[in-house]
Amino acid sequence: MTNVAALAMQPGAEIDGFTIGECVHRGGMATLWSVTHPGIDVPLLMKVPRISEGEDPAAIVSFEMEQMILPRLSGPHVPACFGTGDFERQAYVVMERIPGQTLYKRLGELPMPYEEARGIAGKIAAALAGLHRQNVIHHDIKPSSIMFREGGEAVLIDFGLAHHNHLPDLLQEEFRLPYGTAPYMAPERLLGVRDDPRSDLFSLGVLLYFFTTGVRPFGETESLRGMRRRLWRDPYPPRKLRADYPPWLQEIVLRCLEIQPSARYPTAAQLAFDLTHPEQVKLTARGLRIKRDPIGTVWRRRFNLGAVQPHAKSNVAAQLAASPIVAVALDTGDGSEALNEAIRITAGQVLSTLPSARLACVNVLKLNRLSIDRTLDEQGQNKHVDRLVALQHWARPFRLEEGRLTVHALEAIDPGAAILEFAAVNLVDHIILGARRNSMMRALLGGVSAKVASEAPCTVTVVRPSRLAQQANTGESGGTDHTKDEAAVTPREMF
Amino acid sequence: MRLALFADIHANRQAFAACLEAARVRGAERLICLGDIVGYGADPEWAVDTVIDLVAKGAIAVRGNHDNAIGTPSDSMNAEAQAVIDWTRGRLSAEQRRFLAALAILREEDNRLYVHSEASDPAKWRYVRDTSDAARSMMATELQITFCGHTHRPGLYSMSSAAKMTSFVPTTSVPVQLLTGRRWLAVLGSVGQPRDGDPAASFAMYDMASREITYLRVPYDVETAAARIRANGLPYWLADRLLIGR
Repeated sequence: MTNVAALAMQPGAEIDGFTIGECVHRGGMATLWSVTHPGIDVPLLMKVPRISEGEDPAAIVSFEMEQMILPRLSGPHVPACFGTGDFERQAYVVMERIPGQTLYKRLGELPMPYEEARGIAGKIAAALAGLHRQNVIHHDIKPSSIMFREGGEAVLIDFGLAHHNHLPDLLQEEFRLPYGTAPYMAPERLLGVRDDPRSDLFSLGVLLYFFTTGVRPFGETESLRGMRRRLWRDPYPPRKLRADYPPWLQEIVLRCLEIQPSARYPTAAQLAFDLTHPEQVKLTARGLRIKRDPIGTVWRRRFNLGAVQPHAKSNVAAQLAASPIVAVALDTGDGSEALNEAIRITAGQVLSTLPSARLACVNVLKLNRLSIDRTLDEQGQNKHVDRLVALQHWARPFRLEEGRLTVHALEAIDPGAAILEFAAVNLVDHIILGARRNSMMRALLGGVSAKVASEAPCTVTVVRPSRLAQQANTGESGGTDHTKDEAAVTPREMF
Repeated sequence: MRLALFADIHANRQAFAACLEAARVRGAERLICLGDIVGYGADPEWAVDTVIDLVAKGAIAVRGNHDNAIGTPSDSMNAEAQAVIDWTRGRLSAEQRRFLAALAILREEDNRLYVHSEASDPAKWRYVRDTSDAARSMMATELQITFCGHTHRPGLYSMSSAAKMTSFVPTTSVPVQLLTGRRWLAVLGSVGQPRDGDPAASFAMYDMASREITYLRVPYDVETAAARIRANGLPYWLADRLLIGR
């Protein structure tokens, strides 16, 4: 079999309609060939595993994983798959060739400006969110696994170590030692855990730490003994290495590098959210410290290792579903109280069942096409700040702990489009907004809820005020206050 | 060619009828019955007649330990199972009993092996419950894929060319490609008496072209199947367990 394979793979040969071109890369596990196929006009790569005698058995198993997982993936964050061939004839995977270089090429430029690293990490986090949503954990996030499309989206390549929650994990019992790239490997991987998507967030934290400090947080050790230190020893806070390190960035990096997966971000989408809105990152002691954990804490961890282990098989989809980003769109003007109260009840029901959910309150100020936007109103007050304060006030009753609430005041000519864009950029899972019965408001806002409900990339809940509140409002035509007043007065016959 | 595979029907008419219909809707072209047509359930005559009819139309069936116990009394069955076997024997015609006794214990077709329990010693009726059970069965055959039942819990095992094992609890309705570079043992769930906590009937489809196996669940009229067990004076636990899938 091996010889046949070696003979077949040469420029000009044809396999299942793919014509072999030049060999573009020879790696330890596989070779990559440029190929063409009539009818497919994107550049293609054929990946062929090295399977001759004496090769690493991992090469075959990781190739099998890639062969199973890649054809099932879709979206901009993975290379599209165009075909696979099995070991009976010639094992291969044909995929879209992403132009350009991997992030590995940038290692000479480290440390990178904070802002640039933030942008890169945000794109990788968005890519991970897209991957995790397809029930796949990458398990080898590092600079050489990451490329970028011309449009800017990060593309994750190389799924040889990946885990698919709905497919057999061929790597589970294959190797006695955890397989992967030592400096980037999450601590739980050393305990044999392969089904927690937060392992990828740890690796991204290592990358972000490295890119912003120029130093790998856990060194370059390859020995199991050296790697195991990360089960109890936390890295130096970046602020110790660079005095100007922004606290918000340290907050994000160290949260990714938490030893316990449950102390990290619950989802890649929530991490991407913080990376997109650094000014809203809630600082804790984590963001400011310049020392590692005290030795007592480290020793407790080290010698209680057995005590932290019980780990039920995780369900990737359930974990993501329990940690959604919920966006609530609110009007803050007069006359929106009843509707906002109804929205608060609905949002409260969602939040109470989902302890890891995160709430983003959004207010859109509709701009008149012809008027010039003025930040200050007639009295000179800052309208933008007023709206943020109003959103904070609305959300206060939820008593959300730090980091679970953000507020956003947007301005747009088309409020519906603004809400949709906010949802897309921030990987929002659920939009809650109100339907306005009031005809005057509707004329102004033009069916925002209908537009959002029909075009949103996620679940949309359209809230209406309770029937009672609606009745109180329907008879209005300038007499709103009158109706309300009457309802507030105790009827005579009650006494 | 699309295969539909059924194991551990156990005389549950409502469950088997629902699975057959589900397989028909999914375009099944060939039916495989992996044994234990009778036992536990209250409609053995219908179940056996149905399989006789399917076999006449080209289906493959192998013998399970309950089918075997009709003609060859077993001394290893628990009291409840034994009570139903004795009751079933009285219900079946001579022709139906002959059909069960004549079923092969193991069938091979292309690169596939069909057996009720496992391949290393099929008549010992061992269970495949973990990777070492699976490895023993897979070492006993050259064929690439073994399909079996008997445990009433779905499971999918693979063995690499270096004899490393993997185990997996299949996700309902998600196709898994049985890669050609390794060998596979697919343990089917039970049609008529699931024991993995889901009362819905379990069966699988295997697509020979794409080499994909898909484990499926079919909700069926459990209440009627349970009522039939009680109405025929069979042990009540056998009715109750259908409702909870244990």
